[in-house]
Amino acid sequence: MCLAIPGKIVSVAGDDPFTRTARVSFDGVIKEVSLAYLPDARVDEYVVVHAGFALSRVDEAEAREVFEYLAAIGVEGGEGPEEPR
Amino acid sequence: MKYLDEYRDPAAARRTLAAIRALVTRPWTVMEVCGGQTHAILKYGLDQLLPSEVTLLHGPGCPVCVTPAAKIDRAIALASRPEVILCSFGDMLRVPGSAIDLLSAKAAGGDVRVVYSPLDALDLARRERGREVVFFAVGFETTAPGNAMAAYLARRDGVANFSLLVSHVLVPPALEAILSSDGCRVRGFLAAGHVCAVTGAAGYLPVARRYRVPIVITGFEPLDLLMGLHMCLSQLEQGRAEVENQYARVVREEGNPAAQALLHEVFEVVDREWRGIGVIPSSGLGLRRPYEELDAERRFGLEELASPGEPASCQSGLVLQGRLKPSECGAFGKECTPDHPLGATMVSSEGACAAYYLHRPPSPDAR
Repeated sequence: MCLAIPGKIVSVAGDDPFTRTARVSFDGVIKEVSLAYLPDARVDEYVVVHAGFALSRVDEAEAREVFEYLAAIGVEGGEGPEEPR
Repeated sequence: MKYLDEYRDPAAARRTLAAIRALVTRPWTVMEVCGGQTHAILKYGLDQLLPSEVTLLHGPGCPVCVTPAAKIDRAIALASRPEVILCSFGDMLRVPGSAIDLLSAKAAGGDVRVVYSPLDALDLARRERGREVVFFAVGFETTAPGNAMAAYLARRDGVANFSLLVSHVLVPPALEAILSSDGCRVRGFLAAGHVCAVTGAAGYLPVARRYRVPIVITGFEPLDLLMGLHMCLSQLEQGRAEVENQYARVVREEGNPAAQALLHEVFEVVDREWRGIGVIPSSGLGLRRPYEELDAERRFGLEELASPGEPASCQSGLVLQGRLKPSECGAFGKECTPDHPLGATMVSSEGACAAYYLHRPPSPDAR
């Protein structure tokens, strides 16, 4: 129930802020999710979705922080996130 | 997949483990709060790769596991009413109530339907105006915003045949209950990243301060968990007790303000019973005025329904508090299996006992 994987917003629809939705691709599987809690989410952004609601967007810069931390403690070899396409 | 594969790099994981080995000088016990984290730890065998000084205990963060049998009995009572369509997340269906589970109630003719989102249940109510649609609203701060939205829209749009059977719980009071229990061994926490994506970090500051425990908000992939552990162990070795955020790519310091605003609009903090643990003060969410008209227990007069409670042979309460490892339970893999679960922790995809059974199956001679 609390499990969530990041998905990429393919399209956005609707004007009512409470019922605005996005089609989100999870590795090709498309789900329609509510954007009520991420009103300014845009196409091509990655979001974390719970029970049909996008709750957070994935921050590109922060995503690299993990690898910077690991490098700082002497761990190399992490590839880091791919560059945006 | 982007934002997944790079956090599963085995070479980086091995080197992070080496960094953890170089860091620890004495025994430490750390609890990962969320059942999703427990499953990842068991799946990737992270606990077996850690130095012997580091013990991981598995926390109460499995929404299915902490929903009391009495609430499931009420869901079953609702499902047996001919006018009711009882909607639930799928993983609640096989959790035992006092006598039977929701799947058995469905087999006996109850109209029980699995939905992916509470909005699906609300849509069903809009279509089936002649029926009463009840959504079984369980979970932590991650599922609560969706359920709050369903309640908000039902009231705004006058969907009078929609209601909620609420059993929402909150993480910080559970951590306090664990920390103040007798013989608590937990010295630090990996907090559940997705819960914090909603709430932010603020609720954990008083816990870290009062009990002098480091709390590191942590993600769900192997490198996330190992980095979170490295951060937590660094704090312990240095004598610090702060709230830190390993999962900053998803968790903002302030959480999700829009979700928090609607949670506050629809719900208020209430005392809540936790399965196997008992009532924890101010540990849950209940519908506040005027949304209480959507409370299924009120609407259908279930507030006084008596429940015999848990099967006595299940020790899931101790498992949920990190006081017993699933493999240390006498019933594990014998009387209690995923096919015949004694308790919720063996049923749920996020339960610690199910994680052990799946990833550390008992040897055939032990069964």
